[in-house]
Order: sequence, then C-alpha cells, then structure tokens
Amino acid sequence: MPAQDNAEPTLTREDVLKVAMLARLALSDAELSSLTDELSQIVGLVSQLSELNTDDVEPLAHPLDSQNVFREDNPAPSLKTADALRCAPRHDGECFLVPAVLGESGSA
Amino acid sequence: MTAESKHPFTTVIGLEVHVQLQTQTKLFCGCVTTFGSPPNTQVCPTCLGLPGSLPVMNRRAFDLSLRAALALNCKIASFTKWDRKNYFYPDLPKGYQISQFDLPFSYEGYLEVVDPKGAFEPRTVRIIRVHLEEDAGKSMHDETAGTADSRIDLNRTGTPLCEIVTEPDLRSPEEARAWLNELKLLLVYLGVSDCNMQEGSLRVDANVNLHIPQPDGRLAKTPIVEIKNMNSFRSVERALVYETERQWGEWQDTGAEIGSMPKQTRGWDDSAGVTRGQRHKEESSDYRYFPDPDLVPVTVSEEQVAAVRSTMGEPPALLRKTLAERWDIPAYDADVLVNQGPELVEYFEDLAKKVGEGKVASNWMQQDVLRMLNERGGHIADFPVQPTAVADIIGRVKKGDFDTGRGKEIFAAVLETGKPVDEVVAGMGIAAVDEDDLQKLCEELIAENPKIVADVKGGKEQAAGGLIGQAKRKNPNVNPGKVRALALELIRALP
Repeated sequence: MPAQDNAEPTLTREDVLKVAMLARLALSDAELSSLTDELSQIVGLVSQLSELNTDDVEPLAHPLDSQNVFREDNPAPSLKTADALRCAPRHDGECFLVPAVLGESGSA
Repeated sequence: MTAESKHPFTTVIGLEVHVQLQTQTKLFCGCVTTFGSPPNTQVCPTCLGLPGSLPVMNRRAFDLSLRAALALNCKIASFTKWDRKNYFYPDLPKGYQISQFDLPFSYEGYLEVVDPKGAFEPRTVRIIRVHLEEDAGKSMHDETAGTADSRIDLNRTGTPLCEIVTEPDLRSPEEARAWLNELKLLLVYLGVSDCNMQEGSLRVDANVNLHIPQPDGRLAKTPIVEIKNMNSFRSVERALVYETERQWGEWQDTGAEIGSMPKQTRGWDDSAGVTRGQRHKEESSDYRYFPDPDLVPVTVSEEQVAAVRSTMGEPPALLRKTLAERWDIPAYDADVLVNQGPELVEYFEDLAKKVGEGKVASNWMQQDVLRMLNERGGHIADFPVQPTAVADIIGRVKKGDFDTGRGKEIFAAVLETGKPVDEVVAGMGIAAVDEDDLQKLCEELIAENPKIVADVKGGKEQAAGGLIGQAKRKNPNVNPGKVRALALELIRALP
C-alpha cells in the first residue's frame, strides 16, 4: 500500500499490542514494528473520510436498501452430530474438544 | 432491608436479566431449541458459524421480545439493527455474538413491585433497555475425569434471548428478589418465556455497590461489583446480602472508592455462600462492536406496536385487581392466586364459576388445592383433580351431604386414588343420612347421656357438643350441624 501524505502514525505499539491480544495473536518485535506502521497507514487512509461534512447524512446501518427480512418460526432439519463434528480438529463423537476452559462461560 | 437497618449506607442494585424466548426454533436458523437433547444434535451450518451460512431473523422471536418490552412500558425504536460483539471463547463458534449495541429495539421502560405484606415501599425500577440477541453454547469441564479437555455442546448456540437491563434503582437484596419474581410472573403471563431457571431460561447478573454518607456531607461510593452464577432468586438475594457485607467490610479496611480500580466480576458459590473474584471484565470498547452486515435493519410501525399491544392480555399487576373485583375476593387472595401463575388462575376461575362463589372457591384453592400441590410438587397443569370434581365436593358440602372436614377428606382421597368423587364417597361409606335415621340416632344419644341432657336443660347449650363426637362414632356420615340442631330441639321438647 502506498504511503499517504497525511498518514501520520496514528497508532502506537501499545495500541497494536492490545488489538493483537484481543485477536489472540502473538507477534514478534519485528512484526509489531511493521504492523504498527502498516496499520497506522490504513487508519490514516480511512481517516480521510473524516474530512467530509456529514452533518446532513443519515448514518448507514446497512449498504443494502432492504429492511425487515424475517423467517417464520418453523423447525428445519439440523445436521447429524457426526457431520457437525466432522471438521473439528478434535471431538469425542458427542462434543467438540478444546483445551480446558476453566471459570464461568464468557458470554451473553 | 437487613443491611440498611444495620449500617449507615444505602445499597444500590441494578440487574441484568436474560430470558430465553418461547420459540420453537433458534434466532437465526431453523434448529429447534428443545432443552436437554443429546449434545450437538440441534446444530446447523448457521449456528455453528460455518463459512457461507447466513442468519435470517425469527419473526416470532422479534414479536415476543416486542411484547416483553411493551409490558415493561418501554419505548419502541422505529428503526433497529443488530451488531457483532467480538470476543473469543470456545462456546462462541463464530468468534462474535450477534447482539444490539447502539440502537436496541426498545428503551426507557419501568416495572413496579409492591410487597403485599408491606416489607418495603412500592418500588418502581426503571428499565434502561431491552434488546434481542443470541445465546452462546455450553462448555463442560469434568475435573474428576482427569482430562485436560473441555467438551463443547453447541445446541444452545443461537437461542433467542431478551436482555433486560435496569437502572440501579433497587435498594435491598429483598427488593431485588421481589422485583425478579414480578418480572418473571409478567413474562410467564405474557407467554414470552417459561423463565425456568433450572433450565437456564432466565439468568440474572447483579451490579451492586454501597453509597456511604461522609461526615463532610460527601457521598462515598464503593467500587461496583457484578455478581454472576446465581441460579435461583434465593441465590440472588443471598449473594447480594453477602456482597453488601463484604463491601462494607472492605470499605472499612481500605476505603477504596469507585473509579480506583476496574469493574470487578465476582461469581456466587451457592454451597459456600460466598462470592469470589473472577477475571477483570473487558471494557466495552474491547468488544469492537460493528453493525452485522449479514442482517438488514428492522423497522417497527405504530400499527405493529398497537397490534402486539392488543394481544397482550392482562399483566399480573392488573389481573390482581380485576380478579379480586370479578370474584369478590380479598386483595390478599387475589395476590396469592395470581402469583402462582396463569394456569392456576385459570383453574381457580373455572372452579369459582362452577361453585358460583368466589370466596368459597378461593378458600378451597388455598387450603386444599395449593397445599396439596405444594406437598406433591409439580405443576397445576398436571394436578389430577379437575375443578369439576372439586366443585362437586363443595356442592355436596353445601347441600349438607357431609361437612367441610369430611369434604376435605374426600378431596384428599380423590387425589390419592384417582377415582371419581361418586366412587370415593361410596367407598368411604358416605351416604346422606336420612331424617328417620338421624331422629333415631339423636333419641339414642339423649337416652344414653342424662348428664348432658340435664346440663342443656339447665341452660348450658354448649354441652350438646359432647353428643356430636358420639354421633360421629355411631355413624361417621352424620352432619354435625344437623345432629346438634335436632338434639337441642328434642331435649327442649322433653318434659
């Protein structure tokens, strides 16, 4: 990607480290340096958009001009368990197996 | 209340409640949501997050959540969308949860709770927002098996959940529990959710801290703690009582105030009766929400809102009033009946209609039907004695075939044996005692009890009570009231 004139380095190494942690990526020092530069350039490129005056523009929730797509609450066949598990690196025939998860569930 | 009365602070509690909507299928695919099926039998490419699959929103899930929001007096957004909440966890196969971030479909509602015994003042709890999102799967780790693996069951993944977030308006653990009961009742009456906590259809997280007035007039606030892993309303109350005391102790030790540390999450350990610290919660921005490009926005018109409103039926708070008026029963009775849920109210109204007297029906409901139901466990829908049978027994008591005590025995026997009332009555040798037999019996009693006769003649009418026990021993089917009346009449007629 060509460097932009206004591509001030807007990201710090700490920013990139944090994003890498959230994405569960382990980066070497060299990767961290190059990614900090590259990501800064991308952010710089995108930030050109902020030069536009958007006062009279409605926020866009979706690029398609379509709304209210629903399905009825009717059951459809599920996969067979064997098929559902087929692509998993490890399973026991019933469940997906993953390295131990301790503590409470992370979600909802 | 407990904490408030003992300590010079205000307990401030807000709740976050997730309820599973009563749909047949998941939020974005046609997999069924049946609880307790074998692992990974209710999964498909969409809820597994396989490449190339696309989510399509379940209309009923949206309508049910709309109903919940309206019942909670929320405003309905005319335009709403869904966002991706990104985080990594093995029970979340897509790597994001489809949820709602900045444009939830409803916001700014409230639900009031009133304690019938007046243990606390009526409390109106404001609702910040209600939104619709998908559930995650389940991870299981069996430490005794000695394996290093966790097992993942994705049957629950993609199940529709309504998330209800309150303002921190509750002021005691007791209030929190009562409010949750009212919320549950409301959602059950509206058919939004079965709210079965054992099956995870209703889950509660609580945020709590203390506001402690200082000598200089400043209000010190302890750090907010979010409590998780509470699997009953009783646990919620206990966890909040524990956490209130813990925070008060910590405040006295450290004086730590809100803002001095990141928000803490603590898990409730029900058997130990303590909360324990968990990981520090990722900040909201760490979830990197963005609009889900796989789902188009939803718009809601005033007409749609009106249509949903028109099919909602009576919420419990209103039903308590109308039930009391309709059947002329005390507010307390109506409260007890309504709090048992819609099926029990239906049972009661059926019985009251057949008996023709609300109060009599209500008494039988509370003293017999509910008592037996509690003893046996289970649900009124599975209760083997139908209102017709109970009305039959009550009718015979009214006619004077037997007294109320005998009627209760018959009710218990009908419940026990599953036989029709007629058969039970016959089997117990209960038959209406005819007037001649009654006359003969009373004459015998009078002849056998000169002392009682003398007492009654001497003005002590209550002495006639001694005859009733004897009469019942001679013939268990006699009506005590009738024996008493006839015996007195005969004694008075004696020279």
